[in-house]
Amino acid sequence: MNKKNKIKIVVNGKLLTVNLKFSLKNLIKKLKTPTNKVAIELNEEIVDKKKLNKIFLNENDKIEIVHFIGGG
Amino acid sequence: MKQDVLKIANKKFKSRLIVGTGKYKNMKECAKAIKISGAEIVTVAVRRVNISNRSKPLLMDYINPKKIMYLPNTAGCFTSEDALRTLRLAREIGGWKIVKLEVLGDKKNLFPDMIETLKSTEVLTKEGFKVMVYCNDDPLMCKRLENSGASAIMPLAAPIGSGLGIQNKTNIKILRNQTKVPLIIDAGIGQASDAVQAMEMGCDAVLINTAIAKAENPFQMAESMKYAVISGRKSFLSGRITPNLQGSPSSPKKGLI
Repeated sequence: MNKKNKIKIVVNGKLLTVNLKFSLKNLIKKLKTPTNKVAIELNEEIVDKKKLNKIFLNENDKIEIVHFIGGG
Repeated sequence: MKQDVLKIANKKFKSRLIVGTGKYKNMKECAKAIKISGAEIVTVAVRRVNISNRSKPLLMDYINPKKIMYLPNTAGCFTSEDALRTLRLAREIGGWKIVKLEVLGDKKNLFPDMIETLKSTEVLTKEGFKVMVYCNDDPLMCKRLENSGASAIMPLAAPIGSGLGIQNKTNIKILRNQTKVPLIIDAGIGQASDAVQAMEMGCDAVLINTAIAKAENPFQMAESMKYAVISGRKSFLSGRITPNLQGSPSSPKKGLI
């Protein structure tokens, strides 16, 4: 496998390897996450969910995907 | 008769019971208890999506945010930065503007860090959030929160999850007199009589999680709290009699045989 075409990213604290020029939209799709129920942060900046297909991931990017769970 | 409604940040609610969605055995139990409680607002937490196990049920599949207002909280945040980050993310999930701010200062008793809380309230208000603030029962700090634009003042009755009931009634009474925005008892309720007491003191609402979720029978407790809040509110609005150390017979003396 050609490692040059792969990048390492961290999603919710977990290391993932994806293709170079992988978009955030591809990532969300790969993770089967319903975009209308989550918020996404890329390197601590909130991402506009309408622009997911225009944002391409880079080596060592940190992505946080959050949703609502039970709480008091 | 004029309908008695709770108004928070210009939104109207019939129920004065706000419930938390944490600590239940499962989502089904949580959803059922909330339905029974009649609550129109539920608190929710913001957490990472589990990316390795996507089969886990989602809260939104059980509690429809279109029918019941989600009140995102910052539970577990110990700094202003963390709380702000959490609520900005919460707003991004679905455009919520009404949020519950909670910045904790002590891991054991879960008392709020009021300096961080005040700082966060100022920032969030400027960003357009309607902030309902979990706070201690100190009238001075509560006044400062109100002056900073808080949409509701939510003092604790006792530590979160303790079930001890209202510990400092004097402070709650002072808060009642000085607070112009909704005053909501948040944390420390243990049983129905605690909720009645809060409402009889003139509080606008109560927020309950553990007392319902951890009761042996959460459904029955949810119902009990529903009626406690209604009962306490009606009692408060009815204009109680003046307490009197002397007895006063309920039957007329005239016509006694």
